[in-house]
Amino acid sequence: MSQQPVQPALAVTTRYQQRSQAARTAAAQRGRQRTRRPQLRRGGRVIEIVLLSAAAILVVAPIYWTIVTSLRTPAQSFTNPPDWIPTHPMWSNYSAVFQSVPFWDFLLSSFLVTGFIVLGQMVTSCLAGYAFARLQFRGREPLFWAVLATMMVPIQATIIPVFLLIKQFGLINTRTGLILPVVGTAFGTFLMRQYFLQMPRELGEAATVDGATQWQVFYKVYARLAGPPLATLAVLAFAAYWNEFFRPLIFLSTPSKFTLPLGLVTLQGYLGTGSVSVVLAGVILSLIPTLIVFLVAQRRLVEGLTFGSVKG
Amino acid sequence: MALALGRPKASANLKRRRETRFAWLLILPTVLFVGVFTAAPIVGSFILSFFSYSVISPARWVGLANYRALLHDSNAQHAFVVTFILTAGIVIAQVVVGLGLAVAVQRRMNWARSIFRSAFFVPLLVSGASISIVFSYIFDPVFGVVNYYLHLLGLPQVPWLNSSWGALLTIIIVVTWQQLGFTFIVFSAALGAVPKELIEAARTDGAGGWRIFRKITVPMISPSILFTVTVGVISALQLFDQPYVLTSGGPGYSTETVVLDMYQQAFQNLRFGYASSISVILFIVVLIATYLQFRISRKWVFYS
Repeated sequence: MSQQPVQPALAVTTRYQQRSQAARTAAAQRGRQRTRRPQLRRGGRVIEIVLLSAAAILVVAPIYWTIVTSLRTPAQSFTNPPDWIPTHPMWSNYSAVFQSVPFWDFLLSSFLVTGFIVLGQMVTSCLAGYAFARLQFRGREPLFWAVLATMMVPIQATIIPVFLLIKQFGLINTRTGLILPVVGTAFGTFLMRQYFLQMPRELGEAATVDGATQWQVFYKVYARLAGPPLATLAVLAFAAYWNEFFRPLIFLSTPSKFTLPLGLVTLQGYLGTGSVSVVLAGVILSLIPTLIVFLVAQRRLVEGLTFGSVKG
Repeated sequence: MALALGRPKASANLKRRRETRFAWLLILPTVLFVGVFTAAPIVGSFILSFFSYSVISPARWVGLANYRALLHDSNAQHAFVVTFILTAGIVIAQVVVGLGLAVAVQRRMNWARSIFRSAFFVPLLVSGASISIVFSYIFDPVFGVVNYYLHLLGLPQVPWLNSSWGALLTIIIVVTWQQLGFTFIVFSAALGAVPKELIEAARTDGAGGWRIFRKITVPMISPSILFTVTVGVISALQLFDQPYVLTSGGPGYSTETVVLDMYQQAFQNLRFGYASSISVILFIVVLIATYLQFRISRKWVFYS
């Protein structure tokens, strides 16, 4: 995700509604399909299941290996075969992470940076998305397309001027310097705009007739209904910035301010090969928050990732 | 209400003005942040690429000297070649494997499907940098678990991280492993939307599975193929985290990507002007790649 793995780019005009429509039809078809499943020959099906399971095991294996190896004694961590079923789990490796490096600091840094970015992106793109979708003003279309066009710009193409700018502001080696440049988001604005576009105009008109101000129409009517796309945006931004490495590497120099990925890569350098298990324990710990987000909001994540993939 | 009816034109004007002001207020944060930190810097990169600048001394105009130097910089050119090789490998692998898995999972029961889906999804949540630490141990040529099992199976050992082709292959495997969940999810959604009637009809006409896949499924999901290829190419051209952690560009310069080169030129050698010229070229390459894909896609992508 550094290369913002989860940053579906591209301006393909897509409608949230159509996507969920497609999902519903797909679900209906799946239901039907179960009753009249094509009669594949049994042998073919068995081979297919075996291959599929093998693929799934191969995909999960590196993470499972990380868990079991993080529980071995540091002296044994490189001995093969791996302890696929841990016999004497060394839980102390997990406390060792906190003792040998400022892991609490990394954790705090990651939460602060990611939290503020997520919050900032939700606010700015909800406001702008609503304006671009529902308000009339001169220059709306060109401005929207200009914002959208910045989605094409890879961060590497802007990183040097942004670095110099942040340095100019005196924010280099601060968490604020890491947060500020990414508070505005073209992708988020696009996502929110598409959602607001498909909400009925009548909602706002009714509120206006009842005497609501412009702000009340936005805040009390439309924004209250924008939970789903905001959740999608939050989940995507969380996964992207929690795992970010390139910008922290460039912007931060004091270890106590490092975010988790940067801290872990540095930790690996400090500890050397002697305590692989401790490093791996750190990797597993850093994974837990994203895993929780995934479990809670899997559907939102999938929605966000496929946003823009089906031409509507 | 009565007042408004009395002076319709003036009130409409006032209303429009108020709406404009309100709209500008709402878009201000986004326009400001995107403008200052993305739009202006891209122009900044372009301008900086005509200067020699090292932070310590003031910037000096050098015209096209950076670009001329780039033409003679075999390191930088090699970095572009490495990046193209990695991009091709990663994109082909993640599209082919992702599509294959999506097709296989599509035919399973719902519960099985959600298990497989979660399994393929997990790598997407891991930081590319942290998981590269893990893979540097797993693919260690001497102690690594992969070579251990290859040896057990009687297969030859692979010089994963200590040969140039091995290191390239390792990076392709690691990035594909990570991105698989993305292509898989996109293809699963697309396959679910292919009308079953079409496939039934083809089957009754006597078409075999492979032919149905090639003649019906692939054209029907071609927009998704274009999407995954485009996103894949853009992100692979920017590859940094995995080579930085796994190989630091080595052995030698064999996995030194463009962004890695740019990073070293800017933040280690403090050649900001020169590094900017590299990033400008990278940006142009990304634009051309995206444009080409949309041009070519007109020939084969099918929009119903």
